[in-house]
Amino acid sequence: MAAATGIVTAADLRGGSARRRREAVIRRAFGLAAGVSIVISGLIIVALIGHAIDFLRQIRFSWLFADGWFARRNEFSIPTLAVGSLLVGGVAMLIAAPLGLGSAIYLAEYARPAHRRALKPIIELLAGIPSIVVGFFALTVISPDVVQKLFSSATFFNLMAAGIGVGILSTPLVATVAEDALRAVPRSLREGAYGLGARRRTTSMRVVVPAATSGIAAALILGLSRAVGETMVVLMVAGGTGGSTFTFNILGPGQTATGAMAALAIGSDQVKGASAAFASLFFVGLLLFVVTFTLNVVSERYVRRARRHG
Amino acid sequence: MIARDVTTGVVASGIRTGKRDWSGVTFACVLLATLLVSLGILVALLWDVVKRGAPVLADRGVDFLTAGPSSSVSQAGVGLALAGSLVMMVIVAVIALPIGVGAAIYLEEYARDTWLTRLIAANVRNLAGVPSIVYGILGLVLFVDFLNRIINIRDTGSLLSGGLTLSALVLPIVIITTSEALRAVPKSLREAAFGVGATRWEVIRHHVLPAAAPGIVTGTVVSLARAFGETAPLLFVGAVRGFFSTGNATFLEKLFTSGYTALPIQILFWSTVPNPEFKSLAAAGIVVMMVILLAVNGIAIWLRNRYERTW
Repeated sequence: MAAATGIVTAADLRGGSARRRREAVIRRAFGLAAGVSIVISGLIIVALIGHAIDFLRQIRFSWLFADGWFARRNEFSIPTLAVGSLLVGGVAMLIAAPLGLGSAIYLAEYARPAHRRALKPIIELLAGIPSIVVGFFALTVISPDVVQKLFSSATFFNLMAAGIGVGILSTPLVATVAEDALRAVPRSLREGAYGLGARRRTTSMRVVVPAATSGIAAALILGLSRAVGETMVVLMVAGGTGGSTFTFNILGPGQTATGAMAALAIGSDQVKGASAAFASLFFVGLLLFVVTFTLNVVSERYVRRARRHG
Repeated sequence: MIARDVTTGVVASGIRTGKRDWSGVTFACVLLATLLVSLGILVALLWDVVKRGAPVLADRGVDFLTAGPSSSVSQAGVGLALAGSLVMMVIVAVIALPIGVGAAIYLEEYARDTWLTRLIAANVRNLAGVPSIVYGILGLVLFVDFLNRIINIRDTGSLLSGGLTLSALVLPIVIITTSEALRAVPKSLREAAFGVGATRWEVIRHHVLPAAAPGIVTGTVVSLARAFGETAPLLFVGAVRGFFSTGNATFLEKLFTSGYTALPIQILFWSTVPNPEFKSLAAAGIVVMMVILLAVNGIAIWLRNRYERTW
């Protein structure tokens, strides 16, 4: 024994074999848990691609460019959904970009710490509101009391009300990511600007915001990604549940990719069946997945660049 | 006068006259206004819901909380939906929380910086950005079809498939929030424990986890709240919208054998039926949901403030 000879060897420090075995088992269990996320990604991709190929086998190519999206009539116009999603996403960003970025700049550059602690919960509360609640609000207030009051030609179900609702849901995400980016800008930059005699507005807009451009771009892209993937508000207020013709009119009803999927799910007789309408769910899902995945990867790039330079 | 004195004079008068920078003040007001608009939206939304929902809650009281779905406005309630949501939350808590916390511990405490670790971390961040409706498709293919095959339920979905789908949805959020909490624990704490001969697991179990617990708890509560309010994925795994007849079945039989429903699904159904009277039921349902969410989030924030330490 080490104690007897006075020499401590590596074997003495290693601990008992039972203790080491337990360590190995625990390590492996945690490793497995981490692997679950990879499995989920793999399964999502396999589920989407497998059934999307089935769908493409069942249909004629021209059906993808029909006059509109009417799944039950085998009209699977992808441009209709793409334009619908873009219009809703565009309106949403017209709401979320000014509200989110304005809030972020105020919280990061203007608010005193005590004010910040009082005002930040507004954003956090907004972030915690489920989309179904905003959908209800869009149905009872945004569409009849805002959109229809402002535009007399607007129908009750319209893409603009959906876009405003989705914008409300994207605002907190834009605000949080942008605020993090602004707060990551080193203090020395602000001090340098103030030292040169710049006012607060000049410091914020000419020095801090340009320094945080990457992070702000990431915030806007993430907001757009969230907007394109949002489902419930569109399902409830865009008016495309029964299908939609190709339209650029944001004051009328229309359909988005997410809305089309949810509408297929709601017509429960359609969801479990062998028809092409059921399979189209997976094809649209795959397109949505690819678009949001691309947006997220791009924003990730920007975040990493912001970290390197910030 | 030499040039230096001119400059001094200009600066001195600039400082002394104290003219307000009006365009700067306006700019600050505009920025503050964007925050206040957000607040206004929040208040308008809550006010609208409470105004519409309060009469129902006042009239019906506890009955509204216990009654099942019904085609009659005066008898319909959120009882079964609430129970369905709570059972799914238990499933999420049992499945997603241990796996998520375990994965975060692996990534932060065990894994070396290899390509595999980086792939897993990037994958988790991307999963967090996948639209919730895509998880619905995953649930439909995997859990509904899979469960149908192994236990041969003829139904198109069950509480179990709903709970599993929501578990997959919140898993990345649990991993990300737990990782952040673990990262906030200073290295010196671990080194001290290693120094007196603790194994890695002993370090984690006795020192890192207790120190990170407030952050982990807050993160998991936020994840559960997210799952509680999520609607879209449940549309795909067979949550029943509408009036389903359950005959004389007991409450538990209704919950586990016939079609299931969840609070957000019930709200969706009530707000989209043509009969406008159901709108007030939807609003009352939303009030119940918001009260639960605010209470749970409030408890989480209180726990965090009470136990959080800054290092």
